[in-house]
Amino acid sequence: MEKFKCENCNKDIDSEIFILNLRVCPYCNYHHNINARDRLQITVDNNSFIELGKNINSEDFLGFYDVKSYDTRLKEARLKTGIDEAIVVGEAKIEGYDVALGVMDFRFMGGSMGSVVGEKIRILANHSIDKGTPLAIFCTSGGARMQEGAISLMQMAKTVSSINRVKENNNLYISVITNPTSGGVSASFATLADIVIAEPNSLFCFAGPRVIKQIIKKNPPADFGSSERNLKNGQVDMIVNRSDLKKTLVDILRLFK
Amino acid sequence: MDLKELEDIPKSYLKEILQSLSKIEKLKKIPFFTGIHFKDAEKDLMQKVEGYKRVERDARRVWKIVELSRNEKRPQCRDYIDSIFENFVNLCGDRLGGDDKSIITGLGKIDGRTVAVIGHNKGKDIKERMEYNFGMSLPQGYRKSQRVMKLADRFGFPIITFIDTPGAYPAIEAEDNGQAGAIAKSISVMFEVKVPVIAILIGEGGSGGALALAIGNEVAMLENSTYSVISPEGCAAILWKNSTGTKLAARELRLTSRNLRKIKVIDKIIPEPFGGAQNAPERMIKIVRRYIIGALRRYDGVPGEQLKSGRAEKFESMGFFNYG
Repeated sequence: MEKFKCENCNKDIDSEIFILNLRVCPYCNYHHNINARDRLQITVDNNSFIELGKNINSEDFLGFYDVKSYDTRLKEARLKTGIDEAIVVGEAKIEGYDVALGVMDFRFMGGSMGSVVGEKIRILANHSIDKGTPLAIFCTSGGARMQEGAISLMQMAKTVSSINRVKENNNLYISVITNPTSGGVSASFATLADIVIAEPNSLFCFAGPRVIKQIIKKNPPADFGSSERNLKNGQVDMIVNRSDLKKTLVDILRLFK
Repeated sequence: MDLKELEDIPKSYLKEILQSLSKIEKLKKIPFFTGIHFKDAEKDLMQKVEGYKRVERDARRVWKIVELSRNEKRPQCRDYIDSIFENFVNLCGDRLGGDDKSIITGLGKIDGRTVAVIGHNKGKDIKERMEYNFGMSLPQGYRKSQRVMKLADRFGFPIITFIDTPGAYPAIEAEDNGQAGAIAKSISVMFEVKVPVIAILIGEGGSGGALALAIGNEVAMLENSTYSVISPEGCAAILWKNSTGTKLAARELRLTSRNLRKIKVIDKIIPEPFGGAQNAPERMIKIVRRYIIGALRRYDGVPGEQLKSGRAEKFESMGFFNYG
C-alpha cells in the first residue's frame, strides 16, 4: 500500500487512511494542503456547486521575466493543477444553506493573488449581494503575485472594497484560514471577515518567518503566526479541525438565517 | 561573437547566452551538419544579446530612480506639513493602548480649508530613524490613521496622505498585535469615508504598508518615487534566488511613476526639480502645495456618496485579464 510521509511528525501514513482522514495526519493532527476541488467536495452538498467566473484568464501584461516568463509559469501551473487560477468561486449549498463560496488553492503559484483572484472575489461579492446569501472564503496564500507588479497590490484594495459592499449589504462574511495564509491576502480580505475560523497549526501572518528572521537575526518562536498563537492574540474566533468544519459552518449559518 | 559584448547584459542571462554560444560552436564542428544556418543562428543570438543589453540599460535607469526615491535628503512628510499647512495640530495615539511615531496624523489648514493630514515619518538622523523604525509602521500607526480618518469623515474634512515607507514593520510584536488586520482595516476605512482623499507618494511606496494610506480619489506620485508590491531586494531573493537580480527585479516590477501612470495605477505624476527633489526641497514642497490646492478645488462640491462610490469603482476596475 502506498505511504504518505507526514510533513510535521514524519510518520508514514497509508494513503487510503490519509485520504479518508481528509489529508490530516492521524498521528499528530497536522492539516496538510488540500486542493480546491477536494475542499469543495468535503464541504458542499453533492452537485450543489455552480462555478462562477469560469472563463476569466490571467495575462502576462507586463511581460515579466525573472528566470522564466510569467506566461510560462501560468501555463505550467494550469497543467499541474487542472484549474485556471489560484481561486475557484461559485455558489453552493451547505446542508441546504445557500452560500457564495470561494476556495483558494496553494498549488497554483503558491496561492498568490493577481488580477484574476481579485476579479473572481469581486464577482463572488456581487453574487452574494445580488442573491442575499452569506459569503465564505477558504484562504491560503503566499502573498501577492509579484509578476503582476503593483496591479497585484491593487487587488488588496479591490477585494477590500468588494468585501465592504458585502458587509454594507448586511451579508455575513466568514473566512476560513488554512495553512499558510500570509502577505497581501492576510492584509486584505482574509482578516476582515465577521467570523474568522482557522484550521489547527496553520501559519497566519503578514510577514513570514523568513523575513522576520532577517530582521531580528534569530529564529522566531516555534509557534510564530500559528492559529493557536493568533487565537491567544485575539485575531481569530475559533480553531476548528477539518473534519468538524462543515458542521461548524452550518451551526453559524443557522444562527444567521 | 566578441565576448566583450556580453559584459553589458544582466548577469542572470549570461548562462543562457553562453550555453547557446557553446551549442552553436559544437554544431559547427560537426563536418556534414547542415541542420542550422549558422549565420542566421548567430544573428538571432546577437539580437537576443542586444535585447538583453537594452534590458540592462533600462534596469540601471530604473535603479537610479529607486536610489533617488530612497535619498535621505528628500523632503519628508513633516517638511511638507511645516510649509504647506497652517495651524497644524498633531494628533497622537490609537486609543487602543499605543502610538507610533512612524506615522504623523493631524489637522491643518490649506487654501482656507481644514484637512486631515496623514503621512509616514522616516526620521532625519540615525537616532530618529531608529525611533521611527525607518518609516516602517506598526499596527498602532495604522490604527491611529484610522481614528483620524474617521474624525475627518465626521466633520467633512478632506484627507491628504503622504506615503513614504519601505513597508510595514516586520516584527513579532507587530504580528502578535494584528499587523495584517490593521492594514486591512486601514484600507477598509479609506473606502468608507465620504470626503475627498488625495494620496501622494513622495518617496518609497512599500507594498501593503503604503497601500494602507493610498486609497485616494486621486493618487499622485512624485516623479522619482516608487510604488511596489515588494521591494526589488525581496523580489530578487524569491524569484532570482540571489541578489544579482535586484536591479532587474526593480525593472520587471515596473515600479516607477511613468510605468504606473501608463497602466493607470496612479493618476498623476508630480514633476521634480532637475536631478530630484533632494536638490531643491523648497521648490518641491511648493510644487506639491500647488498640486494639493488644485486637487482640493477639483473635488469641491462633489457629494460624499459620489466620492465614496467613485473610489470603489476606481480600485475595483484595476486588473488585467481576458475572457476566453
